[in-house]
Amino acid sequence: MALSTDDMTAPTWAEKHASSIRTLRLYTKIFRSNGAAMLGLGIISVFMVLVIFGPSFVPYPEDAQGVVHLERKLLPPSAEHWFGTDEVGDDIFTRVVIGARVSLQIGLIVTGIAMLIGVPLGIIAGYVGGWVEEAIMRVTDIFLSIPGLILAIAIVGVLGPGIFNSMLALSLVWWPGYVRLVQAKTLSLKSAIYVDAARSIGASRMRIVFVHILPNCMSPIIVKASMDMGMAILGAASLGFLGLGAQPPFPEWGAMISVGRNYLPDWWWYSFFPGLAIYLTVLGFNLLGDGLRDILDPRGRE
Amino acid sequence: MTNTPVLDIRDYRLNFNTFDGVYHALDGVNLSVGKGESLGIVGETGCGKSVTVRNVLGLLPSPPAEVISGEILYNGLDMLKVTPEQMKKIRGIEIAMIFQDPMTYLNPVFTIGTQMTDVILAHQKALAKGEKKSRKEARAHAVDMLRKVHLPNPETQIDRYPHELSGGMRQRVLIAMALSGSPKLLIADEPTTALDVTIQAQILDLIAELVDDMGLSVILITHDLGVVAKICDNVAVMYAGQVVEYGTIEEVFGRPKHPYTEGLLKSIPHPGRPPEELFGIPGFLPNLLNPPVGCRFQARCSKAMEICGTPAPNRNNAAHDRTVLCHLYSEGFDDA
Amino acid sequence: MLETRDLSVGFKINSGGKKAVLMAVNKVNLNIRKGDALGLVGESGSGKSTVGRTILHLNKSTGGSVIFDGQDITSLNRTDEKILRRRAQMVFQDPHSALNPRMTILRSVAEPLILHTKLRGPELREKVGTLLEIVGLQKQFLYRYPHELSGGQKQRVCIARAIALNPELLVLDEPTSALDVSVQAQILEFLKSIQKELDLTYLFISHNLAVIRYVCNRVAVMYLGQIVEQGETEDVFNNPKHPYTKALLEAVPLPEPGQPRRGKPLVGDIPSPLDLPRGCFFNTRCEKAMAGICDSRSVPNYLVENNRAVRCFLYNKDLQLEQA
Repeated sequence: MALSTDDMTAPTWAEKHASSIRTLRLYTKIFRSNGAAMLGLGIISVFMVLVIFGPSFVPYPEDAQGVVHLERKLLPPSAEHWFGTDEVGDDIFTRVVIGARVSLQIGLIVTGIAMLIGVPLGIIAGYVGGWVEEAIMRVTDIFLSIPGLILAIAIVGVLGPGIFNSMLALSLVWWPGYVRLVQAKTLSLKSAIYVDAARSIGASRMRIVFVHILPNCMSPIIVKASMDMGMAILGAASLGFLGLGAQPPFPEWGAMISVGRNYLPDWWWYSFFPGLAIYLTVLGFNLLGDGLRDILDPRGRE
Repeated sequence: MTNTPVLDIRDYRLNFNTFDGVYHALDGVNLSVGKGESLGIVGETGCGKSVTVRNVLGLLPSPPAEVISGEILYNGLDMLKVTPEQMKKIRGIEIAMIFQDPMTYLNPVFTIGTQMTDVILAHQKALAKGEKKSRKEARAHAVDMLRKVHLPNPETQIDRYPHELSGGMRQRVLIAMALSGSPKLLIADEPTTALDVTIQAQILDLIAELVDDMGLSVILITHDLGVVAKICDNVAVMYAGQVVEYGTIEEVFGRPKHPYTEGLLKSIPHPGRPPEELFGIPGFLPNLLNPPVGCRFQARCSKAMEICGTPAPNRNNAAHDRTVLCHLYSEGFDDA
Repeated sequence: MLETRDLSVGFKINSGGKKAVLMAVNKVNLNIRKGDALGLVGESGSGKSTVGRTILHLNKSTGGSVIFDGQDITSLNRTDEKILRRRAQMVFQDPHSALNPRMTILRSVAEPLILHTKLRGPELREKVGTLLEIVGLQKQFLYRYPHELSGGQKQRVCIARAIALNPELLVLDEPTSALDVSVQAQILEFLKSIQKELDLTYLFISHNLAVIRYVCNRVAVMYLGQIVEQGETEDVFNNPKHPYTKALLEAVPLPEPGQPRRGKPLVGDIPSPLDLPRGCFFNTRCEKAMAGICDSRSVPNYLVENNRAVRCFLYNKDLQLEQA
């Protein structure tokens, strides 16, 4: 045989990954040509830097826990306190930076749980069809027909306020979107010829789902997840603002605005800076998601 | 040809600027079609046959397309340089185009009558007020056109939606729509590829009939050599962005000169004869991001010589209006 | 080796709120002997692909039976189905969509081996390498993705995957219609040579008569879910009996100059399979249709000479006399 085993096992790394490298370069180019996406990436990069290194450079780390320094309460922004201080004298800059960590946790957990519930249900609905699909999709429709935040408020109302319960509530209202997305994609992939080809060589249902359908559904899931990160953060902040989520003095942006609102308009910085943080983060994740869609959606590309 | 060309493409070069580099799509294409003539352009996927005619009506977005040189003369007017205003007066009125998949070019939410009437009215923008047709007249004209393409019961069919018609009928509607402005030149890009053979035969007969009736000039682009042989007078064989052979159907199909044309003809199984050996052409299209120096077919050619590494001369045989792009004929050739 | 007896396939569909059954395949009887290449030819909507898919259990049949090697395989349990999948394989029309875009060629070709054999690791890679060699591809393609290959190369990969388990029967569904003619010629040559080498039986589905004539020794012509004519390829092509076969052959444009004008092309469209004509399905387009017969009675198969079956009243001797 012409092919020795050595030949077969030792393709160079570059050879083996030539296609991935090209794809990555193409993605980089498309992404870089999209100014908004780059802005989103920039914002999210800053956000990630704050998440990772925040605790080590904030000027008053102990303020995150809500230590009371009444001698410096409600100071306007200055060199010592960039974003000013709140009603117990805590440094708002410190609390906003530490809040980024909380927000990321919320975003990851909420979208993560939503995906864990929604993606399998979507695949089952799309692939199995019949009454199973009907049942799953009608339940999904019911959830989708109720405004998410209101449902979340109701759930928190039952479970009681708190950061953990608010994340749980948000996850429970978030999954239907994934079911719809994945079900539609699975339906179209189910009739793909390569799925037929896999069936004709005797692949099992599980194999078809995990090897042939799921990997080809990933692009839209990633795009949606990236946009949902922002929306989940906004949702959690809304619950916090309503007093149903994180409780002050926990450094959560929504809860901070909720208290700061009482000090408007004279002590504007109290609610302004946490609000700006929410705004930028949500914007960042949305722009990033848009950029990812440009890359991962093959339509509109050569 | 004795009559002056309606469309004359000269030394046309076109690149696509892609992510992977410059794609040399067309390299010095020369083609012409005379009044009342039909020219077939044949070639395989990626040979540039569709790209060649897209810009006749300015249909290639730029970027990524970039015209490097050449001109496309329509009755002496360079279509690569016309203003959008001039283009409006030419599209559909002087030159019309039909495409492979008729469904894509019909709007599913309007009846074919509405769509045809709109097209007819749009063609009249250039006319003076008194000469313009009313909506009612335009509709009557549409029915006439549908009758001309032998759509059964045009009076009732005109109020149908595209999805209610079969593929063959949709292609007839598209042809009727294309011809409603009485163009002088019809460009048909794989018009029958999506159709079944028995329907294809009907459409080909129809195109041949319209050419005779209306004195149309036709450019027919196809990968099917049989289709070209059936309705065209002349044929241009394209390979990797070049016209490698041009001549009448009798000449090119009966006595192919270029090794690629020969190979192509030998690779088609013949439905009318018992099987003999088929000869596929070994190898693949050259990568046009980095085309070979000299003849673009050399790597796959059984007759390749050392000299093929230099650009091949275009040999004309004026008496027969025949062109071959190959070093084998650098001394010229004559037709026996 | 493979036989279908009155095989029928109907699809339930919703047309404008009404539930209807679309008969894609209507009592089809095929008989393929070992080593045969049977061509199944027809236009779109004739049900030719459905026949192939049903034989391989990609569709459910609604009537009749499929006999494979003496065994009724119309309905099988899972283990038996797995054995069938080993012995009968399919090659699809569009090689581009028949390969999972996220799998390397190695993984695609290895999939049947992983499912049905115990080959793993370097041995598996070696086997895939050998298969690629058989279909004329170099080993550097192992780590490529489908989008990096040309259409012809992809179809070779699909064929490599189909022959990986040494099947006895290959169902080829328009294997070359997405390819250019020069590539098609290579693939056809290759299919012919491996049929001998690997002792394969083909069911070759195509709309292209020339391709069928080139590869197949027997041919069956389908129209609206029925087989209208069946016989040895050369007999059918040289002397088509059914008016539809005749018209189909005449409709193919020949790649040569100065072709004589042959018969008039068929008029009209293929009727909708939801609204089948009464009597002979072809009578609405047939020049020779006999009023009172073809448009009212359903046509049986008439056996004429040399193993040839034609579904047309023209070959009913009694009727001919009646008419005269």
